[in-house]
Amino acid sequence: MAGDLVLEHLVVTDRLDAISSHLAPGAVTAICGPNGAGKSTLLSCLAGLLTPDAGTVGLGEIPLSQMAADARARSLGYLPQAPEVAWDLSVETLVSLGRLPWRGAPAQEAQAAIDAAIAAMDLGGLRTRSVSRLSGGERARALMARVLATKPDWLLADEPLANLDLAHAASLMRRFHEQAAEGRGVVLVLHDLATAMNHADRVLVLNRGRLIADGTPDEALSEAVIRKVWSVDVQWLGERGTRALAVGLASDEK
Amino acid sequence: MNRALWALLLALAVVVPLSLLAGRVWIDPFDPQTRNALVIVLELRMPRAALALVVGAGLGSAGAAMQGYLRNPLADPGLFGIAPGAALGAVLSFWAGYAASAWLLPISALLGAGGAMALLALIAGRDGGIALFTLAGLMIASLAGALMSLAISLSPTPFAMSEIVTWLMGALADRSWREVWIAAPLTGLGIGLLMLAGRSLDALTLGEAAARSLGVEPRKLQALLVAGVGLTVGASVAVAGIIGFVGLIVPHLIRPLTDRRPSSLLLPSALAGALLLLMADCLCRILPLAGGELRLGIALSLIGAPFFLHLLIKMRRGLA
Repeated sequence: MAGDLVLEHLVVTDRLDAISSHLAPGAVTAICGPNGAGKSTLLSCLAGLLTPDAGTVGLGEIPLSQMAADARARSLGYLPQAPEVAWDLSVETLVSLGRLPWRGAPAQEAQAAIDAAIAAMDLGGLRTRSVSRLSGGERARALMARVLATKPDWLLADEPLANLDLAHAASLMRRFHEQAAEGRGVVLVLHDLATAMNHADRVLVLNRGRLIADGTPDEALSEAVIRKVWSVDVQWLGERGTRALAVGLASDEK
Repeated sequence: MNRALWALLLALAVVVPLSLLAGRVWIDPFDPQTRNALVIVLELRMPRAALALVVGAGLGSAGAAMQGYLRNPLADPGLFGIAPGAALGAVLSFWAGYAASAWLLPISALLGAGGAMALLALIAGRDGGIALFTLAGLMIASLAGALMSLAISLSPTPFAMSEIVTWLMGALADRSWREVWIAAPLTGLGIGLLMLAGRSLDALTLGEAAARSLGVEPRKLQALLVAGVGLTVGASVAVAGIIGFVGLIVPHLIRPLTDRRPSSLLLPSALAGALLLLMADCLCRILPLAGGELRLGIALSLIGAPFFLHLLIKMRRGLA
């Protein structure tokens, strides 16, 4: 089982204000908030890519700032928002990049991890296809397989469902749950509140750099919280698991 | 070892011996009576071929590393400002009367390259960001170019001016083993450093943030790149003047033969750069041109510039 991600009084000047939380693996945690709330900044801190101005992020007992770059990379798999692939690699070569933090590991072990990641993302038939010839959904799965090939304890993804149609978004979300069920920690920045409500185990709501709510989707994304943070009139419709958010016309008053 | 590497080694094994026979005086290996054949081969053609291999290998691998680092198939080793820095050093040695010592020119050029590298490291900042680094390189190139023009315009005699301008065009003519001994170890070390950066360059394929999440340390990578490109390009300018476009063309031609990871491009690009420069130099030697032979730098620019335009047009169509 992976170690917990522990945030203590995290401050990034002008972007995050005294965020504290304790994230346990084995669950899908969503970070939600309006534009400019600090979601991506928080995820960068969790991935160890941004050093906070004050406070700490730790993996178990160890602060990320004290971990060697390779060791951190082996534990925390990170998928940036709108990930790029500069060269037209084949799917298998792209996925193999996930093995870079495992310098010196036996080739057999590396190949097994690549094969497992390709299988987990259902890319078996696309191994040799070049990235430029993939559809949006296939590309998103290939990029996720790259993260999985590292075999990290935590999967941190920034808006992984953006630009995916309904079926592909649902399929990727299901795979995140499979990873969580295997004992990994999964943290996703999600723009779509209905996805967070229906498919996250826990939700953190940020607004202007502050943690406004932290709890189950029902608690953290209650109509009252959404009204307060997004300044819109909303109502949840339907049953848990397939809820939809009805949004009234926004008031510009805060 | 992959197929591209074998094919390039085979091509070199064929072209190197042939290059020793080609030139103003064609040498027939089956006719021992050719006048001064041994002297021509040992003292003129062999060092020249060796130098073409060394300079071409350095420029080819530096180009592959630069394209990987900047994630752009149009990047060229010249973007870091190291070649203009080295050229400025060389021009200053002409100005000071390089005839005083045969070592003065290459050493001044290496000092110029070292100065550009130091300035680049100083300006590029602490976060290892690529955009700022590239801008710093362009500014250094621009400054070195301006200083070079100033030094040329103030040159003490018209003879010195003509010497400078001719040298800047880049060539491998009239070189000896001395230049090979200067360039080979520096280029070898430079290629070695670029190879060490290969893993990080692969990670950069996914963008800066993803590369850092894969354990890449941007400042360490930058230092390896500056030292590797500095040594290979600095050594090349020091012994051959400015030879452009090798670093641009070669990785582009080789990329489709590999799995397209920047690291798998480094060694084949070194071999292909060596091959390209050797063949271009042979072409310069055998082309009948009134008033001497075609300068290698000019020949490669004549090939390279249209190639660059072709690339741009292809990229505009989204096919590159």
